[in-house]
Amino acid sequence: MKVRPTVRLAAAALVASLLSGTALAETVLKIVPQADLKNLDPVWTTASITQNHGYMVYDVLFAMDSNLQPQPQMVADWSVSDDNLTWTFTLRDGLTFHDGSPVEASDVVASIERWAQKRSEGQAMMERMDELSATDAKTFTMKLNKPFGPMLQTLAAPTLPLVIMRAEEAATDPNEQVSEIIGSGPFVFDADAWVPGDRVVYRKFEDYVPRDEPSDGFAGGKVVNVDTVEWIYIPDTNTATQALQSGQVDVYEIPPMDLVPVLQADPDITVKVLDTLGKMGHIRPNHLYPPFNDPRARQALKLLVDQPEFLAAQVGNPDFETVCFSVFMCNSAFETDAYSEPYSKPNPERAKELLAEAGYDFDNPQPLVVMLPTDQQIIYNNILVMVGKLQEIGVNVDAQSMDWSTLTSRRARTDDPVESPNVGWHIFPTWWTGVNMASPITNQPLVTTGDPVSAWFGWPKDEEIENLRTQFLDAGTEEEQKAVIDALQKRFYEFIPYINTGQFLTPVAWRSSVTDVPEALLFVPWNLKKES
Amino acid sequence: MTLMILRRVLSTIFVMAFVAFFVFGLLYLAPGDPAALIAGDLATAADIERIRASLGLDRPFHTQFLSWLGGVLQGDLGTSIFSNRPVSQLIAQRIEPTLALATTTIVFSVIIAVPMGIVAAWRAGSWVDRLVMGFAVLGFSVPVFVFAYVLIIIFAAQLQLVPVMGYVSIFENPAGFFRSIALPTVALGVTYIALIARITRASMLEAINQDYIRTAHAKGLGIVAILFRHALRNASVPIVTTIGIGIALLIGGVVVTESVFAIPGLGRLTVDAILRRDYPIIQAVILIFSAIYVLINLAIDAAYIALDPRIRY
Repeated sequence: MKVRPTVRLAAAALVASLLSGTALAETVLKIVPQADLKNLDPVWTTASITQNHGYMVYDVLFAMDSNLQPQPQMVADWSVSDDNLTWTFTLRDGLTFHDGSPVEASDVVASIERWAQKRSEGQAMMERMDELSATDAKTFTMKLNKPFGPMLQTLAAPTLPLVIMRAEEAATDPNEQVSEIIGSGPFVFDADAWVPGDRVVYRKFEDYVPRDEPSDGFAGGKVVNVDTVEWIYIPDTNTATQALQSGQVDVYEIPPMDLVPVLQADPDITVKVLDTLGKMGHIRPNHLYPPFNDPRARQALKLLVDQPEFLAAQVGNPDFETVCFSVFMCNSAFETDAYSEPYSKPNPERAKELLAEAGYDFDNPQPLVVMLPTDQQIIYNNILVMVGKLQEIGVNVDAQSMDWSTLTSRRARTDDPVESPNVGWHIFPTWWTGVNMASPITNQPLVTTGDPVSAWFGWPKDEEIENLRTQFLDAGTEEEQKAVIDALQKRFYEFIPYINTGQFLTPVAWRSSVTDVPEALLFVPWNLKKES
Repeated sequence: MTLMILRRVLSTIFVMAFVAFFVFGLLYLAPGDPAALIAGDLATAADIERIRASLGLDRPFHTQFLSWLGGVLQGDLGTSIFSNRPVSQLIAQRIEPTLALATTTIVFSVIIAVPMGIVAAWRAGSWVDRLVMGFAVLGFSVPVFVFAYVLIIIFAAQLQLVPVMGYVSIFENPAGFFRSIALPTVALGVTYIALIARITRASMLEAINQDYIRTAHAKGLGIVAILFRHALRNASVPIVTTIGIGIALLIGGVVVTESVFAIPGLGRLTVDAILRRDYPIIQAVILIFSAIYVLINLAIDAAYIALDPRIRY
């Protein structure tokens, strides 16, 4: 039988394509991320999704292990002088940027300088810095004018991490985005495949040299066992859940609480909390104007909070809720519930008395402007409960609905909310990442300089808290740090810079075909394996 | 007709210029600040102000507008504040899924709805008519996302005939395209089937009671010829109008469907941009939508002339 050449050619091409398909079959890990990646520079923005992107593409000097202890990552060795003023760091061998150029100490120095301008702990470190310089290609030195206790914790910051860029990119103004995303991390960002609002693609960096130590939290060797990681943004939570259950995606980073039981019941899905500190519900009063410029009014707000009730509204799943009176989070190194006893139970009657003492006239109640972000479900539910509590004791609440974008711009306004009720404000809600709240340095709303420009919105002013925060920087030992923490907790419950409404955890869900997931604070796709 | 088309195209320029100014003005006045969102929760007022300055958002209205308009006139739609990518590139990435979904939906809807409406009119008052009208009420009343979830659960999750979500380009994988677009098309199409079927029925009812239809019956023409050649042609103007409006609505109104099925289309791009105040994207997309609306209206008017020679402009 004769076979026509074209048919033979077609058959050969088919077989070849099938064979090559088998040979080139790559392992693709598909993740539904917590949000859409809108911008790529993890220094320019503090958006947590961009921090996760930073961990993919960039490497860090130090990283936190599963016990939140700093461990070296890009650094091989380091030493500190006896007076704690001179730190010397040496980079490990084999560090390479994605463009093939070696990582040098000058890149690290430039990266630290850019990063420090945007981070509170970085600014605190740089205020004590006399000289930061590259001694040679692999060594850099920090000369301080005063000891800086949390040096390694700062360099290992797990959120808003100190990512190392090439010196060219690190020279960019920190208020502008870098133009190229070239890191030395375990994954290469595929710029051509990026579709904002839909998909982000990362390829394994073949030249990445992991550390020899086993994986431990963010620390240890980052061994990549997949070829490609795709972040597929699915805005609809029901669809994302169905996509995970049907195997169209492998991981769902933050499934909605109401669908977690559905996923827990699925034998092919693992649901697990990776971030053991979770988040803290937060209500911020405006300290610039009455009544909340008086600590008694803020104490009144605190006395209205019944954490189980607020948590039920925010989360609605007791498995992931923690009643917590520790300023620096529960389940953290600095957990303590000292001095919180007066607030352990809500007391609306006393709250009303305190508000009246602070000058709030219940006979002729002035409207209190409360901002309600209707497009942020957890935060919205949080503040709705507070609005109800305020109304129950007779407060006149001007609850103004708006989207989150409007709230984030309006909370920066320092206008008097009585004179300009459509511009100024009295109260707004948010939530904070537990890791940020767990240290006096990174706990941004605890900054009490009162400066409307440099302090966080709400602008509390308290010299005692500021002095204690400075003492924490000076504290050289764990005992000294804990003593400062105790004093801070005491002062917190007198001054009440903000109101915590309960700690909650957000689990990650992944298919059982994904194994050996690292126990870091977020889902990181190194060291894990995926069955084909 | 040529003069009419020329006149309309010229008027498009004025319409779009007005839309451009109006939208820019509205966005300038609207509350919200992209710099605050970019800066994030940890930022201070000073950080936000620095980012706002670097983005040029602190400039006066006329400077921002003229700068943007100058770019548009040179074919530059600007750069996304957030992703730092050219807006034209972002729109180019998103336009295919939206056009594909709009096209498949309108084709599917017309193929189903027009015969349904004709049969309902032909058998007015019968159980067939009641069934069609009952479906129309259902199609109007049930939100798209409810249909979408039901379809996903049955056809994607349970039967696993089609994917739960996502979009595959027809140029990359034609079979994959039809599998990925099937459920969104049906979910979105139900409303349009209801709309077009009702209009078709009403128009056909009016047409089949005319004298010329009675004459056609009297001279012994078959029912198919009477309904399709005589009645439908005369009833077509309102049907075409409805279909045209449907296309225009589809281009901008596919947000829910795109969100439920995770289709990266223009609708989602627009909503995301509005929520984040990504002004260059909002301005460009609205400009493009307004141009599409004007062109669709032009096409509808041209279709009137083709369908009914009595119409003159």
